[in-house]
Amino acid sequence: MATKRKKATHTGQRRSLRLDIWFMRHLQVSLSSLGRLSRNPVSTLMTAAVIGIALSLPIGLHLLLNNAQQLSGNWDGAASISLFLTKETGQESATKLAARLRLQDEIEHVQLISREEALEEFRTLSGFSSVLDSLEGNPLPNVLIIEPGEKHSSPEAAEQLLGELEKIREVEFAQLDLQWVRRFQGITQIAKRAVWVLGTLLGIAVLLIVGNTIRLEIQNRHAEIEITKLIGGTNTFIRRPFLYSGFWYGLFGGIIAWLLVTLSLILLDSPVEKLAGLYGSQFGLSGVDLTTFALLLGGSSLLGLCGSWIAVGRHLSEIEPT
Amino acid sequence: MIHFDNVTKRYPGGHEGLKNASFHIEPGEMVFLTGHSGAGKSTLLKLIGLLERSTRGQVRVASRNLTRLKRRETPYHRREVGMIFQDHRLLYDRTVFDNVAIPLVVSGVGHLETGRRVRAALDKVGLLNKEKAYPITLSGGEQQRVGIARAVVSKPPVVLADEPTGNLDPTLSREIMQLFDQFNSVGVTLLIATHDLALISRMNKRILTLQNSRLIRDIAPEETIGGN
Repeated sequence: MATKRKKATHTGQRRSLRLDIWFMRHLQVSLSSLGRLSRNPVSTLMTAAVIGIALSLPIGLHLLLNNAQQLSGNWDGAASISLFLTKETGQESATKLAARLRLQDEIEHVQLISREEALEEFRTLSGFSSVLDSLEGNPLPNVLIIEPGEKHSSPEAAEQLLGELEKIREVEFAQLDLQWVRRFQGITQIAKRAVWVLGTLLGIAVLLIVGNTIRLEIQNRHAEIEITKLIGGTNTFIRRPFLYSGFWYGLFGGIIAWLLVTLSLILLDSPVEKLAGLYGSQFGLSGVDLTTFALLLGGSSLLGLCGSWIAVGRHLSEIEPT
Repeated sequence: MIHFDNVTKRYPGGHEGLKNASFHIEPGEMVFLTGHSGAGKSTLLKLIGLLERSTRGQVRVASRNLTRLKRRETPYHRREVGMIFQDHRLLYDRTVFDNVAIPLVVSGVGHLETGRRVRAALDKVGLLNKEKAYPITLSGGEQQRVGIARAVVSKPPVVLADEPTGNLDPTLSREIMQLFDQFNSVGVTLLIATHDLALISRMNKRILTLQNSRLIRDIAPEETIGGN
């Protein structure tokens, strides 16, 4: 029993020791490939810069798009529906209707503009106060401004909601100004798609850049690879330093892309603020958040890794000792 | 330890490097392989180290049937066969220590153990004081001894040498042969290709002779000149 337990702990120790060795070896290889890159700082930096520039384009566009969407989010009532109530509907029933509509799931917010308020507003804003004074009574109806909830603000959903609201007895006429919402959404869709297309193309470019760099590295280390194979190095063992090189290239490229994008945003920020100020808005550009940053670095390292994997797979098998 | 059973190696283009060779080397034997250049010595060694595969016939090393060995198992086979080359095949951008350490690094030996075994191997070939030197600063004989240290550092049961004394003067060649003799005395199986007949005739070992890709003679130690 005691020996059994002893044996078990022994194997456990051995396993953890083996894991230690595995981990140590990876650490060693990753650091030594980093060291190899740092011995040629100029060419390493140049490769990383090319990757960085390639990645900064889609990332920068993505950020601008996000900012534009945030800006459009500030325009509340983008898809708001105006319900013009019938003349017969008095103040009291209008309030009741507003209360009823507020209970609906699709509706986020209901604002009642009474005919008196509307008239007052019209009087001050339109400059037709004298004309209005000459009118007998108030020609304006009570109006409810409906803001659909977030899930129902798409043009299709808003239109459906419009249809339902039109059927209400008290509603004379319902209006939804969708045209510009549609256009803006269309533009955003195109821009999003364009960012994806650009991102994919430039991602492929990064793969090729890393692949080509690693290919040259494999050529430079031809003798070393041949001798290592001769001595019994497995393909995994030989591949490892190259994969780490690719990983480092990708990571450095990602960091450079982040720097470039952040720098560009800083340069753009003050003119954008000035412009927003002219429109009376507090809008400022938001930079790279932590998630985007993590995704950028993760993605770029992965691209580097894949690029070198492709190169290594193609060229390593060509080298056989003779 | 090494079995050849009607082994033929035909290269692309039709040239036959080895024709119908059959022989058997016992564990712990030291055997010389001789013949003119182009007689097939290198081909035979390459078949054992899996640098080439036989076209026909069977090659077995230890209990491994090399004819059936999968490609991805090749590295593990090579770890058990130390190889020494006429042109040394050292890495000239690495120190002597690092060169000798490669087989241990490749098979995942720990750091301390690697240092210990590399120094033991360098000590055996008399180059312990050169561990930090670069191979290019060493003489031909010293470089060859680095190659030998690399081949034996992981204690493989089989060591192959292709013209290990090809570029060395007689005194150095004798020293190298004595080194091989020492390895043999601790049980390593050695197969050494050389055309230096004067040297091997004094060694009192079994000699295989190749001519035009065929094994034409297999002389037992007692039949060699030194054995008389």
